[in-house]
Amino acid sequence: MKPKTMFEKIWEAHVVHEEPGKPSLIYIDRHLVHEVTSPQAFEGLRLSGRKVRRPGLTFATMDHNVPTTQRSLPISDPIAAQQIETLRTNCREFGVTLFDLDSPEQGIVHVIGPELGLTLPGVTIVCGDSHTSTHGAFGALAFGIGTSEVEHVLATQCLLQESPRTFLIEICGQRPYGVEAKDIILSIIGQIGTSGGTGSVIEYAGDAIRALSMEERMTVCNMSIEGGARAGMIAPDDKTFAYLRGRRYAPKDFETATRRWKDLGSDPGASFDRKLEVDAATLTPQVTWGTNPGQVIAVDASVPSPADFADPNERKSAERALAYMGLKAGMRISDVPVERVFIGSCTNSRIEDLRGAAQLVRGKKVSPKVYAMVVPGSQSVKKMAEEEGLDRVFSEAGFDWRESGCSMCLGMNPDILKPGERCASTSNRNFEGRQGKGGRTHLVSPLMAAAAAIEGRFVDVRQYGPR
Amino acid sequence: MQPFTSLKAVVAPLDLPNVDTDQIIPKQFLKRIERTGFGKFLFYDWRFLEGGSLNPDFEMNQDRYRGAQILVARANFGCGSSREHAPWALQDYGFRCVVAPSFADIFFNNCFKNGMLPVQLPEEQVEQIFKRLRQTAGYQLAVDLNEQVVRSDDGLAFRFQVDEFRRHCLLNGLDDIGLTLQFEAKIGEFERRAAVGIEG
Repeated sequence: MKPKTMFEKIWEAHVVHEEPGKPSLIYIDRHLVHEVTSPQAFEGLRLSGRKVRRPGLTFATMDHNVPTTQRSLPISDPIAAQQIETLRTNCREFGVTLFDLDSPEQGIVHVIGPELGLTLPGVTIVCGDSHTSTHGAFGALAFGIGTSEVEHVLATQCLLQESPRTFLIEICGQRPYGVEAKDIILSIIGQIGTSGGTGSVIEYAGDAIRALSMEERMTVCNMSIEGGARAGMIAPDDKTFAYLRGRRYAPKDFETATRRWKDLGSDPGASFDRKLEVDAATLTPQVTWGTNPGQVIAVDASVPSPADFADPNERKSAERALAYMGLKAGMRISDVPVERVFIGSCTNSRIEDLRGAAQLVRGKKVSPKVYAMVVPGSQSVKKMAEEEGLDRVFSEAGFDWRESGCSMCLGMNPDILKPGERCASTSNRNFEGRQGKGGRTHLVSPLMAAAAAIEGRFVDVRQYGPR
Repeated sequence: MQPFTSLKAVVAPLDLPNVDTDQIIPKQFLKRIERTGFGKFLFYDWRFLEGGSLNPDFEMNQDRYRGAQILVARANFGCGSSREHAPWALQDYGFRCVVAPSFADIFFNNCFKNGMLPVQLPEEQVEQIFKRLRQTAGYQLAVDLNEQVVRSDDGLAFRFQVDEFRRHCLLNGLDDIGLTLQFEAKIGEFERRAAVGIEG
């Protein structure tokens, strides 16, 4: 039998209908819904008199525009409040399970999916959010969709999809101290560019990937979309199974499921449309200098000059980015002062991210020039962190400790940068205005963000570790 | 869905690569629960100055591009978030066609769901369009989806590729959900066979 990739195995198991010259009709096992991209989809169902086909496979929460201040206070933005209320009404009317603001399980949709055991190996998962690629860390085929497709999945539990290309990225070797999962994926995006993965599903493999925890794998898969890919995925293994065992929606007959999942990985000799090899030992802590995630350098490097780019598009992009970011070619990135620090987002707001950052800040103080905040990814993460005393570590160091949500990753809620403010952020997008009009975002790992908060500038976190 | 067959209209330029959906429609406007009315927020941070007046430095704001229904842009247009508010905003502003050397996947897909045509042309052909639209005020292109060709009165004729199924749906204004529901029996059969999901 022809060896198959993990992607092919999952795809083939979900084809409902196919015919030559047409996209395949693919079954969707899990549909995650949030307040921003769903109202028009539910309205579409209402207008055409349709129902949600499988409300039991559809799960909703509010995360994008929720305040991260005290939950008991009313939401000050009336339009945000209406959007949140609309999600409540829609979930009630269509019988969809909602993890509401007062739920102990509320959180960023891509944090709570795995926590609840909704994210499983071999399943197809969609959500009206591009960072749905996160769930691929469990060996799921997971990708973001638009609102019309949200309506399509609500109505039919299926999607029309063209088969994407496959792209294998093998990361081997021992990664040095201070190089986190975020640095792995930022390095990859720096190498392939923000459209390098367009039309593809990336599978991450190799011993450096196997060595990652589930939280770290989620960070890597999360940013697949920043490289243009539809999805990112990692074959499930014992770490995957250990993470999922006992989760609320994980299969009751876990042993049977595990046996099935063990065969899910790509077969030896399976062919991919494209391959890339990365040596983990050569990786360094990364900082973005520009206005897309591919504009990234090592923390000990200097800001590039537009002249360094042969491609005229890239050159123009770099010129504009330097002007927007208020940087000059040749400056050392470690000389750049930071005024804000944000630890959070679906990329880096899980318990391990917070543990790592807390360890670095313990006993130290946030620079007086910096306002720093930590936004746990979910209420479960927040509770766990508080039980471990991490909230006190952060608070004593001078960080603001918040309620869960997307927060300053996209600034749909009141957490935004002022024009010209410079932020070390553990989020995933450094686009112009992403964290607030005129705001300057530098994407970094949680360790790098924590160190930037203490020093008031970017510092090489390798200096804190074993020599 | 509104069909797209052919369109002859003024072309407006957006001469930047990697235009992300955060620029097309910034996040502060995503809180609305309607599908319409996003046009006034299109490219908001670029189009408007502080205080809300039009930014004269944003090329698209020039009078000569008034009434444009075709946007010509650079590579990787529509990257970033999955927000369908991006094509909604373009469409509500008046655009029904975007011409670029490449598009991000989700944006590309979202266009077809809204009666909008993303046309992919090689870099050098896009460059020619940029040159000519700057030379001639009110420069127009004619986009024909039936023939899969972009033409101009001054002699350009560029063929473009489009997936046959997408083309068929766009030409006829077909609604995907209606098409899929023709296979409802097969969906039911799949659900019984695969016993998928947490309900089973």
